[in-house]
Amino acid sequence: MTEIAASQYAIELIYLIASALFILSLKWMSSPSTARHGILAGEIGMVLAIGGTLLHHGIVDYKWIAVGLVLGSGIGVPLGMVQMTAVPQRTALSHAFGALCVTLVGTAEFYLGTQSGSKFGMSVLSMEVILGGLTFTGSLMAAGKLQEILPQRPITYKGQNFVNFILFGCAVGSAVYLVLHPEAKFLFPIIVGISVIFGVLLIIPIGGADMPTVISLLNSYAGLSAAAMGFVLDNKLLIIAGALDGSSGFILSVIMSKAMNRSFTNVLFGAFGQVQPSAAAGAEAKPVKSATPEEAAAILSAANKVVIVPGYGMAVAQAQHKVRELYDALTKKGVDVRFAIHPVAGRMPGHMNVLLAEADIPYDRLIEMDEINGDFPQTDVALVIGANDVTNPAARTDQSSPIFGMPILDVDKAHTVMVIKRSMNPGFAGIDNPLYYLDNTLMLFGDAKQFVGAIVRELTGGH
Amino acid sequence: MGSHLIDLLFIFMLACFIGFEVIRHVSPLLHTPLMSLTNALDAIAVVGAIVLVGERKSEYATILGTIAIVAATSNVVGGFLITDRMLKMFKSSRPDK
Repeated sequence: MTEIAASQYAIELIYLIASALFILSLKWMSSPSTARHGILAGEIGMVLAIGGTLLHHGIVDYKWIAVGLVLGSGIGVPLGMVQMTAVPQRTALSHAFGALCVTLVGTAEFYLGTQSGSKFGMSVLSMEVILGGLTFTGSLMAAGKLQEILPQRPITYKGQNFVNFILFGCAVGSAVYLVLHPEAKFLFPIIVGISVIFGVLLIIPIGGADMPTVISLLNSYAGLSAAAMGFVLDNKLLIIAGALDGSSGFILSVIMSKAMNRSFTNVLFGAFGQVQPSAAAGAEAKPVKSATPEEAAAILSAANKVVIVPGYGMAVAQAQHKVRELYDALTKKGVDVRFAIHPVAGRMPGHMNVLLAEADIPYDRLIEMDEINGDFPQTDVALVIGANDVTNPAARTDQSSPIFGMPILDVDKAHTVMVIKRSMNPGFAGIDNPLYYLDNTLMLFGDAKQFVGAIVRELTGGH
Repeated sequence: MGSHLIDLLFIFMLACFIGFEVIRHVSPLLHTPLMSLTNALDAIAVVGAIVLVGERKSEYATILGTIAIVAATSNVVGGFLITDRMLKMFKSSRPDK
């Protein structure tokens, strides 16, 4: 065995171990008690893989590798230290970085001509840069919208889907032509260019409420582009990591689309329908009952079972720490308090759980929608904080409602429903919520943080 | 050469199935850290960039590759860091230590 072959063999073995560690890493994420082992496994796998790669016989110069690793770590640390409310945009940004890496390497491989001989190589290379290019700009757009640098509302124009379809068709068509006629090198920058523009156009029509699905979908695209890069470079570890990431993003986008009652094809093609604002603003004079913090505190302390339903509005109002104080005060009085988490609460899958965990609320008190829905009829008080559409009973009963069919938290079945809300203005999607007019509903008008604070003062101060 | 490509496709197919099975069992509680973890793992693409830069086949490839290393490394470091920070926050109400 020559020395080169031996080092190649060693690297492949290291990659094999790293692949196993990556799979274990994800497996251990299944429960909070083992999840931190998962990180350790992932980190060891990553260090092994990078270390092994540095042994590669073809590497003649380490200077720029070192520069890249040091600079990247320098950028990575602040990106790892962002606030928990900013995690969605950080995640979108890291999808963009991953896709950028894949697209740049793909571009360099093309001009080095390593793939020009094989049709298969050229096909996967095209796939790599198309997916990479659109994920790069698409994720930047998503991050911009989440960070509110870009307008959150959907930007639509006539024939939008048609334009997008033609553009994407041009990219794929050029790629096919390039595979069949490898001498047509001028097509390559066109393919990359179209993909990059396509990524922007794909995200423009998507509004803030659809972000959990979009982030998951971009996650999937980023994984698939990395897997395509694995095919180009004949790197099995990359294929496996890309496939894991791709399937993870795919599963999450399916869960998110189900939770928002969007069809499966909608997810696959990224054509997220916009919520049509229902023009039925007729019944405005319907009476609602409201209550003061004192009354709310009295009802809560008389209850046995309380379910708190947090929405993104709670996080916007920075009320999660006050909610935690409310949880403590009620628990101390012997009230059983749990939290009902809708899958799309927050701006990305699982975001609400992280926000509540950050406020030190124990994770075994955070209950998923399917598990807690059966308990609402035995619940004394359901307290809705900053959530709207996910509690709208019209989704169950009113066929004309734009959200009809969306799975919701059945808070209306609780004995008493209390809703903290600034005013009676319809929420984000502009849909009226019949929950507010029910006989067993009390509206608590005010800022979530201040109102919860006032209830807590009443509970702890007034004995 | 042809059969080698088929081997790679087999690996891809099997890895997708493993991915589906493993991810399906991840608690919805942990979907956000899951995404930041897969993101960090996905940045293994950095190995492709490392070889590209190290081989110094052209100035052009070195420049693109170095930017690629920076992008991917920031994902590795940032991804593991934030996943760890998030998981540290998840505490049970039943102290188990």
